[in-house]
Amino acid sequence: MAQVTNRLTPFFENITFDRDDNELILNFGPQHPSSHGQLRLMLHLQQEQIVKAHPDVGYLHRGMEKMAENMIYNEFMPTTDRMDYIASSSNNYGFALSVEKLIGLEVPRRAKVIRMMLLEINRLMSHLFWLATTALDIGAMTIFLFAFREREYLMDIIEGYCGARLTHAAIRIGGVPLDIQDSFIEQLRTFLNKLPENIKDYEDLLDTNRIWLMRMEEVGTISKEMALSWGCSGPMLRASGFAWDIRKEEPYELYDEVEFNVPYSDKGDNYARYKIYMQEMRESAKILYQTIDMYQECVKNNETELMAHAPKYISAPKLDIMTQNYSLMQHFVLVTQGMRPPVGEVYVATESPKGELGFFINSQGGPYPYRLKLRAPSFWHTGILTDLLPGHYIPDVVSIIGTTNIVFGEVDR
Amino acid sequence: MRAYTPKDDVQAKSYYTDRYYVAPQVPKQDVSTDAVFAADLAAISAKFKVSDSYIQVGQMVVYINAKDIYGVLELMRDELEYTQLSEMSAIDFLAKNNTFEIFYQTLSMTKRKRIRIKYSIENGQAVDSVEKLFRSADWSEREMFDMFGIEANGHPFMKRILMPYDWQGNPLLKTYPLEGDEFAAWYEVDKIYGKEAREAIGPEIRDTARVDRYDSERFSRLGFEVPKGTEITGNEPKNEQSYQEDGGVFLIKKLDKESSVVVDDPQR
Repeated sequence: MAQVTNRLTPFFENITFDRDDNELILNFGPQHPSSHGQLRLMLHLQQEQIVKAHPDVGYLHRGMEKMAENMIYNEFMPTTDRMDYIASSSNNYGFALSVEKLIGLEVPRRAKVIRMMLLEINRLMSHLFWLATTALDIGAMTIFLFAFREREYLMDIIEGYCGARLTHAAIRIGGVPLDIQDSFIEQLRTFLNKLPENIKDYEDLLDTNRIWLMRMEEVGTISKEMALSWGCSGPMLRASGFAWDIRKEEPYELYDEVEFNVPYSDKGDNYARYKIYMQEMRESAKILYQTIDMYQECVKNNETELMAHAPKYISAPKLDIMTQNYSLMQHFVLVTQGMRPPVGEVYVATESPKGELGFFINSQGGPYPYRLKLRAPSFWHTGILTDLLPGHYIPDVVSIIGTTNIVFGEVDR
Repeated sequence: MRAYTPKDDVQAKSYYTDRYYVAPQVPKQDVSTDAVFAADLAAISAKFKVSDSYIQVGQMVVYINAKDIYGVLELMRDELEYTQLSEMSAIDFLAKNNTFEIFYQTLSMTKRKRIRIKYSIENGQAVDSVEKLFRSADWSEREMFDMFGIEANGHPFMKRILMPYDWQGNPLLKTYPLEGDEFAAWYEVDKIYGKEAREAIGPEIRDTARVDRYDSERFSRLGFEVPKGTEITGNEPKNEQSYQEDGGVFLIKKLDKESSVVVDDPQR
């Protein structure tokens, strides 16, 4: 091949000098380490103060909705991992639940308990990751190391369960593929028993830390109206004064059987969001303790089913497939052609660690979804930067992006 | 007679469907079965024309006229407490009846209810922007414009959001192939090297499953490796390579299980 000159010659696009109004345009990203992915921000500055912000997204766009229209339902499951890759089981779950609602499946209790365990472990992983990276952006290196150490334990447990650390694909439509391994509960207990003192360590380091408070308090305040108007959800909404948690208000799985609180604050600033993340970790631990009890009850009652029984949609257990001809035929059809959910529409929202993760599915009765819309919370939590950043100073941008907890796999999909 | 399948829908389709197969329906309930939804629907239909309404999977679906959307959402936000617009987008039914169906997914946190407002527009018709009511529509209308080419009247910044500004084509249309069209195949070549380099570089291979084993520049030549820059004739001899070291792997031979520590406690 002939050598062709590359046209991407460097030029200084970051700074525009010749403007009359003394306004400076700063191009922040798309490769800035504190933008947590491929976020590009065009900031109009008066001295250090931002007067206009223009977030530009799409650098990680893979067209997942398009891919979904060309995949059978089960095939799309590993793709959902790549949305919010910090807590990938919660995406798996959101998709599985919406398809189950569409075809009206009831999942066995033991699978529900395992799913709840996975979901809460994912929430802990996500919140620990959030704490680590946000604290690192603000300059607290120790917290980063501490929180990543804890997250590592959780990833080990998940790895023991499904073999993957980041992209789990651990949940199936109709249940879970595997029972938890023998060491799972013991490892989880060890972790949970240690967690309160770990969280206390973080809080001791941060709560009264002068730098942390200066960067967090009264910075990035989201008013109630703004939170509603921008479709905020999850911790972003709860920090602005709404005690709205989908696990509580529209319970799915067995969340109506477990006891937990919904922490909220009416301050709406970075610090409020930080406190909510810390509190939510404690609540997740509370839920996990209860799910361990529920799991052991399932074992005691000899409830061994892990997948729903619906031969039209879900393959039979492996043993049946290997021993019974009809199960094998069903399995063959479901793998090669895919399940065909009924004609209809469903929008199912679940509380992912980032906020309201919604799956809108329009099915025309075929094995491919006719339209699948992914409602990713981070998309609007990025959009809100347009209105949130003006008035703040450049260092605040970093802490605000940190506390909005956006993940670009999810924003760009 | 064979069932009609629209030819301009290029998305994946089932290769076999039993000719007597009748797809079941997700059950729909009458709105009167839910008191809250019935009251909401009465308030909406008192002011606006509602062509259809039902409850499906616990959420009410209301079909309205395209021109009423701003009024309906304003009424719902200000009087019926549907204060959040969770999601909005379009569904492409162009192949079927030359229309798009637009849906708005709203949430009331006080009532714990979700309503989906829907209407159809013709191909080429624009929708009314609801960005003034819900700021979240700012980005979702841009996304809809990007993905389907549906413009929103009164939107302050109707530009693409996920695709590059100079992109051509709307990726979520059913007429748009999964691996992109002609424009997509040349986009990066034109952008980075210029149109004059098209001949030397060739179009971007967007079919991820494709493997050209005689392509040493771009991908793999498994078994036919040649040094970079070599002129490829296509009849190179097969070059078998073994990746196993002679006599096993060096490190593993030295591993002594007796004197090693097996770490199986992740909480160590």
